Amino acid sequence: MPVIEVTDLRKSYGGRAVVDGVSFGVEEGEIFGILGPNGAGKTTTVECVEGLRVPDGGRVRVTGLDPVADHARVARVLGAQLQESELQPKLTVREALEMYASFYPSPLDWAPLAERLGLTAKLTTRFGKLSGGQKQRLFIALALIGNPRVVVLDELTTGLDPRARRDTWELIEDVRAGGVTVLLVTHFMEEAQRLCDRIAVIDKGRVAALDTPAGLIRRSAGATVISFTPSAPLDDRDLNALPDLASVEHKDGRVTLSGTDATVNAVITLLARHHVTAHQLRVVDATLDDAFLDLTKEAVA
Amino acid sequence: MSTAVLRTEIRLFRREPGAIFWILLFPTLLLVILGSIPGFREHQADLGGLRTIDVYVPVAVLLGMIVGGLQSMPQTLTGYRERGILRRMATTPVRPRALLSAQMAVYGGSALASALLALAVGRLAFDVRLPRQPFGYGLALVLAVLVALALGSVVSALSRTTKIAGAIGSAVFFPSMFCAGVWLPVQSMPHLMGRIVGYTPFGAAAEALNRAAAGHWPGWGHLGVLVVWILLLTGAASRWFRWE
Repeated sequence: MPVIEVTDLRKSYGGRAVVDGVSFGVEEGEIFGILGPNGAGKTTTVECVEGLRVPDGGRVRVTGLDPVADHARVARVLGAQLQESELQPKLTVREALEMYASFYPSPLDWAPLAERLGLTAKLTTRFGKLSGGQKQRLFIALALIGNPRVVVLDELTTGLDPRARRDTWELIEDVRAGGVTVLLVTHFMEEAQRLCDRIAVIDKGRVAALDTPAGLIRRSAGATVISFTPSAPLDDRDLNALPDLASVEHKDGRVTLSGTDATVNAVITLLARHHVTAHQLRVVDATLDDAFLDLTKEAVA
Repeated sequence: MSTAVLRTEIRLFRREPGAIFWILLFPTLLLVILGSIPGFREHQADLGGLRTIDVYVPVAVLLGMIVGGLQSMPQTLTGYRERGILRRMATTPVRPRALLSAQMAVYGGSALASALLALAVGRLAFDVRLPRQPFGYGLALVLAVLVALALGSVVSALSRTTKIAGAIGSAVFFPSMFCAGVWLPVQSMPHLMGRIVGYTPFGAAAEALNRAAAGHWPGWGHLGVLVVWILLLTGAASRWFRWE
């Protein structure tokens, strides 16, 4: 049974459907990503999972419980990091950790958690005096302090420097290794590709695709990118006739094609036939970034 | 109610020197300043033989409640909502309601402490008699604290931002101080004005306290006015209050 089950979730604000029939299930011990452009309904979806919003339609279950009707029981097993929230400005880091720990039946020991998040030197600092990154790390600590079965992290690494970001990713992987299920909302492709087992791409309130990161890349039109500098100019008609071609670009004498493995084979044959040498030939897999842009293309157009 | 949240809110209150001064110390300080004016320590025929300092003790008692309930609490609560502190707490097993009740306990408790301080200083420094109907006085005191908290909750319910809470709080603050008798004790008000003021929350509270101080029962009329206000304001606050 999935730990988080969302079935045909609907939520509108002022007649506008923000979440319009979203369904997905998150298995125990999985890191599940929700990816999507701004305003796609990602945050509203996870707020329904956290029990902060009452859905207009559909069903949400966390460990089999309704997050609204059974709020107290869900809150004991679910840790949340919200996108925009603060603490009392004069509360110190240590006091916040101690207070939040006291809310849960079997909390984690706050001292090692603070150590892990690099907050030990800041324990007596008031929340209002923390930097953006330090606040973010404190909120990650507060999401984990109740020793939850499920954590929901909304924009986990926003405001963190690259070093802290990588440390946080490692922490999330460790948390998952301990059997915790992670639901992660992100904008950040590198983060999704590195951490997530599966990703739901949400666009305009609907699930546009749901797959592993590799699966999403494979199914997007330009999964493979071929670039080279030809020794002689190539006819555009020949290039456009290549199988499975998704796009062609010319820049400073360099040709960049995207397509599939069939495109790669055909372009090599084409070059051989015309006795053209491909200088600095590179064949790379597209990134999740490319797949994401492909999947949410209409939204931009 | 969560004791951890209450402990935290008490701790945070102790870090607000402004609130401590205005709620706990200012009313008694005002009493001391008025008491040092010699004329205020003389018996006045138009006050029924009381001295001005005698009638200012109940005013000082109410002042801490008005400052705490109408100025400090709405600012804090609206700030907690504006900054998403209530939302963050809503994702824990402790509901944001715990924060609301802790706030009321902190401001209610400090208003009561301020009242006791004013009574004690009045007694020790200016020989103002302690209330001769202590039970009635205590009852009026508790109802006055409740009405101040209820009115403050309505202010936070109506204010989307701390700026608005400050503006609405001040708009209610000055009339409340007037009704409590800060500028003119209720006993000295012209008859009609006194009657009208007697129907306001703090006017009724001032009258009830005065009667109990003089040794009478605070009067069911005044206590009734307070109870009606508490019920109306609590109803309005719970109807309009938004958690986010």
